[in-house]
Amino acid sequence: MSTTLSAGGQPPITSQITQLHDHYRALLRTRRAYTLLAVGGVLAFLAVALWYADKSNAGQFFDRLPYFFDFFIHFQPDEPMEIVRALFDLPSPFADGSFKYDYEVGRVYLFGDVYLPEYFYQMLVTINIAVISTLIGVTLAFCLSFFAASNVTGARTVRFVVRRFLELMRAFPEIVIAGMLVAILSIGPIAAIVAVSVHTVGSLGKLFYEVIENADTRADEGLRAVGGNWFERVRFGYVPQVLPNFVSYALLRTEINVRASTIIGAVGGGGIGEVFRLSIGRDHAAKTYAIILLLFLTIIGIDWISGTLRKRLVGQAAFTIGG
Amino acid sequence: MSTAPIALSAHAAAALRQRHAHVFHRPLGKRLLAPLMLLGTLAYLVFCFFFFNVPAVLDNAQWDRAGTYVADWYSWEATPRFRFKDGSVELEWTRSLLGPNPDPDWIVKTGPDSYTTSFGSPDNSVEISPTAVVAVIDGVRYPVPVTADGAVLPANAPASMSLKGGRVTVDYGFAGLAEVRNTQVYVRHRFFGWANFFFDPSSDFFGMDAGQLWQAALSPDRLDPARPNWQAMALDFLYNSEWQHLDVLDKLLQTIVMAFVGTLFAAVVAFPLAFLAARNITPNPLGNWLMKRVFDFLRSVDMLIWALFFVRGFGPGPIPGIAAIFFTDTGTLGKTSTEALENVDDRQREGVRSVGASPMAVHRYGVVPQVAPVFISQVLYFWESNTRSATIIGAVGAGGIGLKLIEAMRTNQDWENVAYMVILILIVVFLFDNLSNAIRSRLIGTTRH
Repeated sequence: MSTTLSAGGQPPITSQITQLHDHYRALLRTRRAYTLLAVGGVLAFLAVALWYADKSNAGQFFDRLPYFFDFFIHFQPDEPMEIVRALFDLPSPFADGSFKYDYEVGRVYLFGDVYLPEYFYQMLVTINIAVISTLIGVTLAFCLSFFAASNVTGARTVRFVVRRFLELMRAFPEIVIAGMLVAILSIGPIAAIVAVSVHTVGSLGKLFYEVIENADTRADEGLRAVGGNWFERVRFGYVPQVLPNFVSYALLRTEINVRASTIIGAVGGGGIGEVFRLSIGRDHAAKTYAIILLLFLTIIGIDWISGTLRKRLVGQAAFTIGG
Repeated sequence: MSTAPIALSAHAAAALRQRHAHVFHRPLGKRLLAPLMLLGTLAYLVFCFFFFNVPAVLDNAQWDRAGTYVADWYSWEATPRFRFKDGSVELEWTRSLLGPNPDPDWIVKTGPDSYTTSFGSPDNSVEISPTAVVAVIDGVRYPVPVTADGAVLPANAPASMSLKGGRVTVDYGFAGLAEVRNTQVYVRHRFFGWANFFFDPSSDFFGMDAGQLWQAALSPDRLDPARPNWQAMALDFLYNSEWQHLDVLDKLLQTIVMAFVGTLFAAVVAFPLAFLAARNITPNPLGNWLMKRVFDFLRSVDMLIWALFFVRGFGPGPIPGIAAIFFTDTGTLGKTSTEALENVDDRQREGVRSVGASPMAVHRYGVVPQVAPVFISQVLYFWESNTRSATIIGAVGAGGIGLKLIEAMRTNQDWENVAYMVILILIVVFLFDNLSNAIRSRLIGTTRH
């Protein structure tokens, strides 16, 4: 290709061009040097970090690696059907009176002989924790976000206070809120609800006010021109514009909150997380795999529902991860 | 800002209504949608109220604990006991926050066997002698008779005095309380601040003020012959038995390392794999499908499950934390990068290809520049978010500050340590938020608001 080009009337290489070329090469060299330096720095930091992590772990990585695979090999149910029995609380043929096979004990009877298997019930608890905290979080974040958006709230102080407050709610460790409430209310879902809600308000509030700040101001200007007051401007100028985005973020948050309430459950919030922590801690393989299966399917299901709804609401922007 | 309503003739109004029929005559379903959703939400709230058994939980709550725990965040208690023994009173310190031989100015020895302990002012104090206990509240003296069966509430006792199971409790508000029993008077005196934050009572530097410490640090006379004073001081601070500064910082560093290494590994693994999963980059439907399902699997098995599995395998510590973050985020980052790759502008690739570039060069110059900003911004966002979530993962055994927090909370006594760690975590989170924003704006050129 280059031969055909040079055959044409290529301009002669002047000293200016060589100078330009040299300058370009020099710039490229500097840039590469900086990139190399940055990558080297990150790698060095990574090496130190890895060494540190390995040193401070209870078991060293390479010492424990064979045992890890051993654990996987030994951590198996007596037969695959056991997982199904554990999942649906059916009696086990291996039952020997120990906790390992007491699948029927956890049944939650609804009426007559109709029961909800224990893990489905616990999953329901976790999903409800997630949904209710999303509801609480969305409501509060909705109210607060308008006071943090610069195009709606003029007062700098109000904005500053609300934004710092949202930041604090976002960064405050959830387990401390949960732990505090567990100490007061004893172990249960309410601690988890409050902890997850607080975090939801913080992160949704931030996303919400960013949406409001990016909203088209023409509707607001129109309302201002016909003498609308602050509330009317917000209600008719901004809310209809930002609502689809808000709902989309709320749905995304529901997905995240299902995961969050599972984890919070494991540290004292109840629900499926707690049951899972207990079963894996007690080496009950069938139960553990049953819970993993259930959680896996639930999370996929919720992701799918929320993803579909979000795509319908806001189209292509739906897959953006926010936080 | 209110103005007179705009005058509109009936004819004009009708014309308007006709012109914008879709605004004025919305179908019933659409009009009812909002109220119905509100009603549904309310019904759901009522359902949850009973599903979670809120009334019973709130009924059994121990709200008095809340006050004590929250007070522990910013204050500490000295707890002397005055024991009645064979006609004398003996002063005993349970949890010695005040050093081996405490002699606080709020306890005055008024006689060979009698003490006065005051709460803030002399008007609020308890006088203890072998024969009588007198509670002074706002200058009024209330003698508390102590019998063999227990203390007795005085006849004219105010609301701040209460009797429960043979014990009379005198409440002095924030300053503390005194509990009169038949064997002892147990005093809990509360002070603002954190006790012994710098040095514990076993340290040579315990009880020194800033000036004395400065002098001691510079002084050549060694308190510990093995090392200079400033070194001893640093060691005493780091190994403070109540605050465990070194351990806390160590655990905090573990959490930071968990988030950093986990996210970095996830980014390094997810980015090339995303090229395999994107159907416009790798034209292999089966491979694309498989790779995408792998991402879905990694993502949908929760971080908690990964964490608990690896804790079983590698023992508690940062390695399970790193592994959990790595596995989950490889899935999420892989998924988002695949989506970004599938949405790249094809013209840039065609341009690079048309000048005869090799497939690698097409990817390098035709694809990477388009997705790199999105990817970097995602990775930084995950780094930020993982710095936060690494705390929780730690609490289930994956090491770091989370485990330490949970341990401190379980004892129900060390809420001041919890407060200390929370402050450290908040500082770290804010720091890393800003760091990640700075890196983002430097690499991509746009700042987040």
